[in-house]
Amino acid sequence: MVAEVSDVRNMTRPPMGWAGKTLQEMLAESERLLVDTGHYYGVNKLSLKENDPIRYEKIWSRLRGGIVGARETALNISASPIVREIGELCFGLYTPEGDSITLSTGIMAHVHTMSEAIKHMVRAGYEEDPGINPGDIFTNNDPQLGDVHNADVQEFLPIIYEGELVGWAAGVTHETDVGAPQPASMPIGTVSRYEDGFIVSCQKVGTNDRIHRDYENRITTAVRTPFYWILDERCRIAGCQIMRENVLRVIEEEGLETYKTFIREVIEDTRQAFQKNLKLMTVPGIYRFPSFMDVPHSIDKGQMPEYAAVDSLMNCPMELRIGTDLAFEIDLDGANKWGYHSFNCTPSGIQGGLWVGLSQTLIPNDKVNDGAYLATKFNTPYGTWANPDNPAVSNTLSWMYLIPCFTGMFHGLSTAFTARGYVEEVVAAYPFTGNITQGGGPNHMGNPNGAWSNFEHSACGTSARYVMDGETSCAAVWNPEGDMGDVEAWELLEPLLYLGRNVRPMSGGAGKFRGGLGFETVRLVYNTPHQVMFNARDGHVFQCSGLFGGYPGATGYRHSVKNTDMKERIAKQLPYPTCDQDPENSQIDANVKGRTVVKDQYCYHRPDPHQEYDVYLSLIAGGHGVGDCLERDVALVVSDLNEGYLFGRFAERLYGVVAQQGTDGTWTADLAATEAKRAEMRKARLVRSQSVEEWMAAQRGRVERMEFNSAVRKMYRESHELSPKWRREFTAFWRLPADWTPGSED
Amino acid sequence: MPETYDKKTIADLLDAKLGWPELHEMMSSYKDPDRFDKYISVLQDRAPWPEQILLPLGPHLFIVKKSNGDIVTKSTSGFEFGDYRENWKLKARIFVRDTDEKYEEIYPKLSHAHPEWMELREFYDPLDGRLLYVEAVPPGYPIVHNFEPDLQGFYEEWLGRPL
Repeated sequence: MVAEVSDVRNMTRPPMGWAGKTLQEMLAESERLLVDTGHYYGVNKLSLKENDPIRYEKIWSRLRGGIVGARETALNISASPIVREIGELCFGLYTPEGDSITLSTGIMAHVHTMSEAIKHMVRAGYEEDPGINPGDIFTNNDPQLGDVHNADVQEFLPIIYEGELVGWAAGVTHETDVGAPQPASMPIGTVSRYEDGFIVSCQKVGTNDRIHRDYENRITTAVRTPFYWILDERCRIAGCQIMRENVLRVIEEEGLETYKTFIREVIEDTRQAFQKNLKLMTVPGIYRFPSFMDVPHSIDKGQMPEYAAVDSLMNCPMELRIGTDLAFEIDLDGANKWGYHSFNCTPSGIQGGLWVGLSQTLIPNDKVNDGAYLATKFNTPYGTWANPDNPAVSNTLSWMYLIPCFTGMFHGLSTAFTARGYVEEVVAAYPFTGNITQGGGPNHMGNPNGAWSNFEHSACGTSARYVMDGETSCAAVWNPEGDMGDVEAWELLEPLLYLGRNVRPMSGGAGKFRGGLGFETVRLVYNTPHQVMFNARDGHVFQCSGLFGGYPGATGYRHSVKNTDMKERIAKQLPYPTCDQDPENSQIDANVKGRTVVKDQYCYHRPDPHQEYDVYLSLIAGGHGVGDCLERDVALVVSDLNEGYLFGRFAERLYGVVAQQGTDGTWTADLAATEAKRAEMRKARLVRSQSVEEWMAAQRGRVERMEFNSAVRKMYRESHELSPKWRREFTAFWRLPADWTPGSED
Repeated sequence: MPETYDKKTIADLLDAKLGWPELHEMMSSYKDPDRFDKYISVLQDRAPWPEQILLPLGPHLFIVKKSNGDIVTKSTSGFEFGDYRENWKLKARIFVRDTDEKYEEIYPKLSHAHPEWMELREFYDPLDGRLLYVEAVPPGYPIVHNFEPDLQGFYEEWLGRPL
């Protein structure tokens, strides 16, 4: 789609790389040296670190401190709650070729996606055209070049010292709206890139440290919330400028050659440390942990093209291979096809997801950078959702597939940590980070074209660990410092009031240790005549399982009550819903009446019309469980009952705990009866179960005839067509004829 | 930032008896290189059978070496799932939650996967009925072989000792 390589050997200006090289030559040399020597830039000895460790650490601290300080200062320039409240921004410092040296906190997935964007600019010959000069500003939000989705807008400022490019300062923030046909930052129901909204493909948008007027004009006309976009742009530029000046100060004080030596060594240092940790904490072998995501667009028939309004199911058969030679390979062979929906990924986005996963697991020291990435290999087969053979697929909500995808890596590494005894690191991956509440329409400030993206889903429950329950409402995999944000801040942005925000009982998966709980919010559409609303999370499937007998966290559902009596209830001071809590005893259903109630598992859908006084429920996910429920400490079950985290009717049938609720509402357990009940339940399990051989014999005919729903059949057909390995393993497992196929298109 | 922990600390860790400050310190510190041997030693002390534990696969599943030299997957209950290179799940008892009724024994309505899209496969220990693993996959998905360790490579090349 965009020219990738442009030869700059006949440049009209002197090369700006080191020692008279062009940037393309530097990148080619870097890649060749890694392959030839196995070390980053051929650095096999960390001379600076070994000979002058204090100086080495001092330079690191100054660069890292500068970048963290830049983030904390710059975010105050933004007006968007997504950036200011939630911290959806991140800054990174890069080598001239685009390898990350150090980064700030925040949405760390982008540390590597920005690396890909810089490498694109180098390969495409930006050194010659449009030229790279001091004070230049480049912007990108094109997932094909280096991003996850176009909601994340990146800024790049070259750092030039005495005519040489010594690096790049880069920053990213998540925008409120992207100017797509439907409002919000991650619209759902888009079927191609041409519906994804405003995409800037590594464009020079400023010179002399000022944004071009024509670019600002373009923003003003392209997106619904230019105020936030432009202030975010200034936030990113300011952060990059702070970083750039800090780097130039370090070079002035430490010397250019020392800086150059340092940035090569520190990346190789992390690469080596990653491999050292791999050997210390894991076991060589093959780890397989698949994950899934439902795309139930059949609900949108009549609103989408016929070919797109179908149900699909993502197959992510992740295989992680760790070799005795310290190879770390992630293979998505068997993944199914891209689709006419908003959730396709690009290899750049996948690598960003890998990177953020590694930073929370195997990157062992404070020097988090691309060294770890350079120690990994990744196979994203062409034609799959992870590497579409159609460059015009939609990517507005790639995270919908990326998030489940990397649960497999967390489960694999947790299995390895369990084998080695580092059980304090074991965690049952993480939940899907939803529900994502978004919408748009006339807003409460008088803007007829408002748009908003709520980010309270940054505070999901975490999954259980080997030795403790998951934590409640505190993190997102893509931003480990997640925060739900103050309701008052969201109410400034959105024409919806918060009627209540509460911990959601039983949202975490059960187990010896249960997943941390998510939360629920009840929203009232207010001060607007109408508003379209989205939901976004796993509805028909669990994205993955728990570990060692733990159950996955609860799936989500959508629940809106429309044409309600809320106006009357408020006027008469009647009860109204401030919580929902139990889908079988909904407090929303009990406390508001409406002509239309939408309550189903279709959590991905085209914009759903709402009007003033409609009520909308958002369920933020809880984590997954670890271990057998019947081993859960009875005291923890009783505590959950008394806190309202576990519905009383599930205490016995799920945990085997015989408990009674006293007249004061307090639950107590009968320990002897519980012990007997648990023994009885273990025996009952053996009675109601069967041997795998019996089960397979009963299933085989159904599999051979593909007696599944259309989404499951489509998934099998696509994986079968795209992967000989998948085909071979599937037919071998079910003992199907070698020429068996899952049939033709429905 | 300890470089090693005593055996009691490792035992307390496994029993979830470490307080959060201690656990957090352990998570944040550089890892103790002698953990594996102490961990195996704690587990071996607790094992109700004599076979040597070579590699833990979970809280109740282990790869062990029998007196005749065979290497098998064995559970706490004493059930042997066969050669360690085979998928132990194939020798377990299986119960599949593939209807709303079965799902709603353990999840509230609307809070579980749709049975036409996904089933929960529960793998039980054939001797004591312990729930060893839950697999969440679409119907028809081959039973997943989650982990195939390179046991020989691990012992000989990484630990530097014979298997």
